[in-house]
Amino acid sequence: MPRLSADQRHIVRFTLNGRAIEGQAEPRMLLTDFLRHELGFTGTHVGCEHGVCGACTIEINGVPARACLTLAVQADGANIRTVEGLAPAQGQLSVLQEAFRRHHALQCGFCTAGILMSLDNYLRKEPDPSENDLREFLSGHICRCTGYVPIVAAAMDAARRLREASSDV
Amino acid sequence: MKPARFDYIRAVDVAEAHAALAEFGNDARVLAGGQTLMPMLSMRLVRPKAVIDIMHVPTLRGIDAGGSDIRVGAGVRQAELLAWPALGEALPLLKAALPWVGHAQTRSRGTVCGSVAHADPSAEIPLCLLALDASIELSSRRGRRRVKAADFFTGMMTTARAENELIEAVHIPKMQQGAGYAFREFGRRHGDFAIVACAAIVTGTNVRFAVGGVADTPALRDFGAVDGTALADALDAFAWDLDARDDLHATARYRRELVRQMGRAVIEEARRCRG
Amino acid sequence: MSKAVSVPSAQWCGQSVERVEDAALLTGRGRFIDDLGVKAGTLHAAILRSPHAHARIAAIRVQAARMLPGVAAVLTGAEVTELSASLVVGVKAPIECWPIAVDRVRYVGEPVAVVVASSRYVAEDALDLIEVDYETLPVVVDPVAALDPTAPVLHEGLKSNLASERLFRYGDPEKAFAEAAHRVSVTIRYPRNSCTPMETYGIVAEYDAAEDAYDVLANFMGPFSLHAVMARALKVPGNRFRLRTPPDSGGSFGVKQGVFPYIVLMGVAARATGRPVKWIEDRLEHLTASVSATNRVTTLDAAVDADGCVRALAWDQIEDVGAHIRAPEPATLYRMHGNLTGAYDIRHVSVRNRVVLTNKTPTGLNRGFGGPQVYYALERLMQRIAVELKLDPVEVIRRNLIPSGSFPYRTATGALLDSGDYVHAFETALRDGGFAELRERRTKARAEGRIYGIGLTAVVEPSVSNMGYITTVLSPEERRKAGPKNGAQATATVTLDPLGGVSVHVASVPQGQGHRTVLAQIVADELGLKPSDIRVVAELDTARDAWSIASGNYSSRFAAATGGAAKLAAEKIKAKLARMAASQLNVAADEIEFSGGRVCARGNPDNAIPFARLAATSHWSPGLVPEENQALRETVFWSPPELTPPTKDDEINSSLCHGFIFDFCGVEIDPVIGAVRIDKYITMHDCGRILHPGMVAGQVTGGFAHAVGAALYEEYAYAEDGSFLTGTFADYLVPTAMEVPEPVILHVETPSPFTPLGTKGVGEGNCMSTPVCIANAVADALGIASIDLPLTPAKIAGHIHGAESAPPPTRPAPVGGKGRTLRGAGEAQVNVPPETVWRMLLDPKTLEAIIPGAHGVTKISDTHFRAEVTLSVGPVTGRYKADIKLSDLHEPRAVTLTGVVTGALGNARGAGRVRLTAIETGTKVVYDYDAEIGGKVASIGGRLLDGAAKVVIKQFFAALVRQTGGKAEKRGFFGRLFGKGA
Repeated sequence: MPRLSADQRHIVRFTLNGRAIEGQAEPRMLLTDFLRHELGFTGTHVGCEHGVCGACTIEINGVPARACLTLAVQADGANIRTVEGLAPAQGQLSVLQEAFRRHHALQCGFCTAGILMSLDNYLRKEPDPSENDLREFLSGHICRCTGYVPIVAAAMDAARRLREASSDV
Repeated sequence: MKPARFDYIRAVDVAEAHAALAEFGNDARVLAGGQTLMPMLSMRLVRPKAVIDIMHVPTLRGIDAGGSDIRVGAGVRQAELLAWPALGEALPLLKAALPWVGHAQTRSRGTVCGSVAHADPSAEIPLCLLALDASIELSSRRGRRRVKAADFFTGMMTTARAENELIEAVHIPKMQQGAGYAFREFGRRHGDFAIVACAAIVTGTNVRFAVGGVADTPALRDFGAVDGTALADALDAFAWDLDARDDLHATARYRRELVRQMGRAVIEEARRCRG
Repeated sequence: MSKAVSVPSAQWCGQSVERVEDAALLTGRGRFIDDLGVKAGTLHAAILRSPHAHARIAAIRVQAARMLPGVAAVLTGAEVTELSASLVVGVKAPIECWPIAVDRVRYVGEPVAVVVASSRYVAEDALDLIEVDYETLPVVVDPVAALDPTAPVLHEGLKSNLASERLFRYGDPEKAFAEAAHRVSVTIRYPRNSCTPMETYGIVAEYDAAEDAYDVLANFMGPFSLHAVMARALKVPGNRFRLRTPPDSGGSFGVKQGVFPYIVLMGVAARATGRPVKWIEDRLEHLTASVSATNRVTTLDAAVDADGCVRALAWDQIEDVGAHIRAPEPATLYRMHGNLTGAYDIRHVSVRNRVVLTNKTPTGLNRGFGGPQVYYALERLMQRIAVELKLDPVEVIRRNLIPSGSFPYRTATGALLDSGDYVHAFETALRDGGFAELRERRTKARAEGRIYGIGLTAVVEPSVSNMGYITTVLSPEERRKAGPKNGAQATATVTLDPLGGVSVHVASVPQGQGHRTVLAQIVADELGLKPSDIRVVAELDTARDAWSIASGNYSSRFAAATGGAAKLAAEKIKAKLARMAASQLNVAADEIEFSGGRVCARGNPDNAIPFARLAATSHWSPGLVPEENQALRETVFWSPPELTPPTKDDEINSSLCHGFIFDFCGVEIDPVIGAVRIDKYITMHDCGRILHPGMVAGQVTGGFAHAVGAALYEEYAYAEDGSFLTGTFADYLVPTAMEVPEPVILHVETPSPFTPLGTKGVGEGNCMSTPVCIANAVADALGIASIDLPLTPAKIAGHIHGAESAPPPTRPAPVGGKGRTLRGAGEAQVNVPPETVWRMLLDPKTLEAIIPGAHGVTKISDTHFRAEVTLSVGPVTGRYKADIKLSDLHEPRAVTLTGVVTGALGNARGAGRVRLTAIETGTKVVYDYDAEIGGKVASIGGRLLDGAAKVVIKQFFAALVRQTGGKAEKRGFFGRLFGKGA
């Protein structure tokens, strides 16, 4: 797609949580709006729309990314994961999600999707982080409810469980 | 907070990017990682007629260490350079500075050249490029040129790039044997733009010192072989010459003092780690 | 007086059970307002906001916006005033409060027009097409300056900016001050800040013309006293204003009270268009103009005995509510009125309360609500008493705490402190929190030359507000006329369905606090069930649910009030079920037990029926049940009798419950940077009975994080011209995981005798105690008396960095202030006589040639010009309007140019003085200027605007010189400013 004109909607296709999906977007449409209002994936939240708060963090081609700092048309052809794709099956939670529930690492839950997507990516790359490294990584997110203490505890706990699970194999 | 309308052009090679820049000139904005352009679009601070996405141009994606310097292409993300195995050997100053650039979640998308193009005076990458005497490779339909970092950053978020030019790469001189490099920064919170950032390169007894976050552009001074009181005097004079200003986050006096004290510390650190 | 607290026999309460809310939230299936679908045809609103802090609106041109395809309507003050009425104002004053500017803007960000269009994108396109002519007015942002008789007046109806003043006197403060050995005083300026929930405001409004009724879905949090304010503004009876809340809300901390004026605005928009209208506030709007905590200037004096016992307090509080007194303000000032003596036994108090208006965003609820402001003064004072009397600060607190065994304790100003043992909690915290070790740490650090300090704070945390406390702002005579206001109706409904399932409906409007989980625990305990057997519905619908003016999620009222009401409703239905069971099991009703999902006779577990079967009886077999035992649905309204109206002597029990907090901390300050590192933080809480320890811990750590933000990072900052400086999350600095340490949390539990569960609030305490605790530690570290928040490194470094070296002699004087002031001077020589230069300066054609980017200079009068300017600065190309006036004309020697420039990036106003002197070769032009810059988006726009202003000034004079054939002086201003041979 070489050139998309400003005042038309264009088909955008990508892989979302392992499945091919498509919708229509003007060139200026933000990926957050496209995911939420065109595709109905409302788990990705919009907290600031200027890239600071981290609520909209998703995974694009294997790395964490702010969906609000991405155009829908930029995502054409990409491989995207959102919070809706984290749990292994309906009615189940991932190890990280379970740790969040166990440690009360969320209150209002609005920032949570972004933090989960970030941590899910991070713990795959850094299975045994120090608390300081983890906090530094989390500094790309704002949570106003928890004071971060239970989020750090949940992430450290999830990291330990994931390490144990992988060493069992 | 939604962008105004624009055409989206996904360039697949440099020629397409050049053609679009030639056509739209100042009405086009180049989109790479988008970490600074996108908020400005959403706030409608910029209203280009066309946005040119260069992240699908394969030739812009590489780090080339084959020559006398390191060529970092316009499509290289900050996280990719940070993860480059040879970074510590080749560019120790950037290895020290890159973790201060935004957050992991923005470095994963933001590009090295994007930060150069935006030319925020508080940004770490322009500061390092200035300190390292790097050059910026600009190209257009009409040709190609290289501009030294010292000549490239001309003002607050303003550069020597002509409106039809694409920043294709930056060329950063490799670490000199025997030189020491150090970087320090202070921002209000982790990941914030620097209130003061300092980079020092010590070669033999020669001190080269650069400061970001204080003047309208990153600023560089070759102190020569100074130490003790002479170094303190040199730092003091430099601190005054930067024309620091008061703002919400810090006073001018505070910034000058950080240039003096953090400057001395970073120079001493660079001295200690001379190879 | 002690009332037995009945504690349910089963054990769900007190356990940190997993939250029922979490599975959906963790999998992206939450139901926040913007996650819910809307009806086909729903329109989307965007709001044009004022760039000026104070201006008369001379004209608004909306035609181009209305013509844009996709735009359904553009509303301005004129349309809104036609379809609605002013919001009711809480003080007796002849002023109005509209949700949109009417003829005049009074703060940056005030709504000026609303566009309703097919999408938010199109609506924002239309905003760009609206043209507003503003005539700027003088601005006042400082509350003390606002009281000056020469200050610009915001609301003419008031004749000054003083909206309310009240004097109070309790005991005999004059005598106590006269007799006291010492008088200790502090003056503090508490800054503005906000807890900024991660989800912004959201509304979907509909108007049904057939029934003249509104139906609004909004993430409003209460108090529902504002329902009456909104219904009146929309000019319908309360039963035609249906207000619903979504199931999930992304945090509030008080802030989402402030959505209510927008509910009125969007209601009007829905009525004007005949279509549903949706509005989701964006973050820039939220930071600039949603709501703020009040800033306050307080002088507090204490009459102190030689041993440090405080005999009397004299409060003087100047409360800054911003540009309008928006309901429920001035509640922030009166919420703490019963608690002005804090945790201390002080019997004599005088109070002077003034409420002032300034050109800033109107204030409202924010976590801590009045507490941070009061305790910052009171606890700074306690520390100063220790310092000035050379006493141990621990001892000063110990000697003044309300003694053990004196609860319930009536404070001098009227609060009835329900329960506690402050001395015990205090001593326990010192011991278990390791205070002695902390002192050793400080000694060691100081011996090593490090900058280390310790702070302490004791605080009473009020919860469950008395709806009558706000009437303390009225005089006893005014209150008598208006009739008494008091109480705090909490409500809960327990319902049994035909399969025996239990549902609970409440009006507590949770914003993330896990109300559904705790209510399930409470009701499960009561009925002998598991929490998973109970379904709790917490979204509120004023057309269907039980609610009162006190409903909502504020004043930490959930655990004490709503939780208690749920327990009472469950008890009520349980009593009926017990009587029903008694007849079936052939035992007396008081021998019936509910446990394990069964209802049985005490001592005979085999004589039992399943709960579900019993619970379904009134559905299937009502004929078997006497009417008084029909158990289908029980609603309880509970208002505690202790919440009485203010007395004729102005004593007010402003809250029902009072927790106790004692904090201490150690901080270390970086000697170069001036940054504060919290080394240790210990927080002791007595919040009564704890229902869910995990959630209580979350409230403490969450409140603590807000407090760390308020203490060290956050401020809603304004420049002197009223421009707002912290309009993005890159400017308003919210602490992250790197900035917030983990506090040590300690508890003692003394149940409240006034609440059904013995519970008290806990959510706001650290917002009250922690900012001043950190400030006390910093003051101790630096040995300074006066210290205001936020404790920025630059501010602290000012006390560490010694005198600075002298600047080089050629340098202009440094410029101060937290706005963006540009100041400079320069000179040039031109080859024509002064008269020629003079004529050029006053000629539109020359101006067009020398104003950079000008395309169209209009001469309004000989001394007044308007110009359109297009400028490119860095990445931003924008159009600006310049309005230039000439004054102090001394032809042909001197003239002052005053200009206001407004445009995409924000606005700048400045004045330049140009002096012309005849010299041999022509004229010497000498100029100096001063410019104030207000960026639309401070972090980017403000800095770019700085750059733009420099460029414009530079080019203006360069062009002037060029135009007249001259040459700039080499060593002039440009050379200094730009360094590179400009």
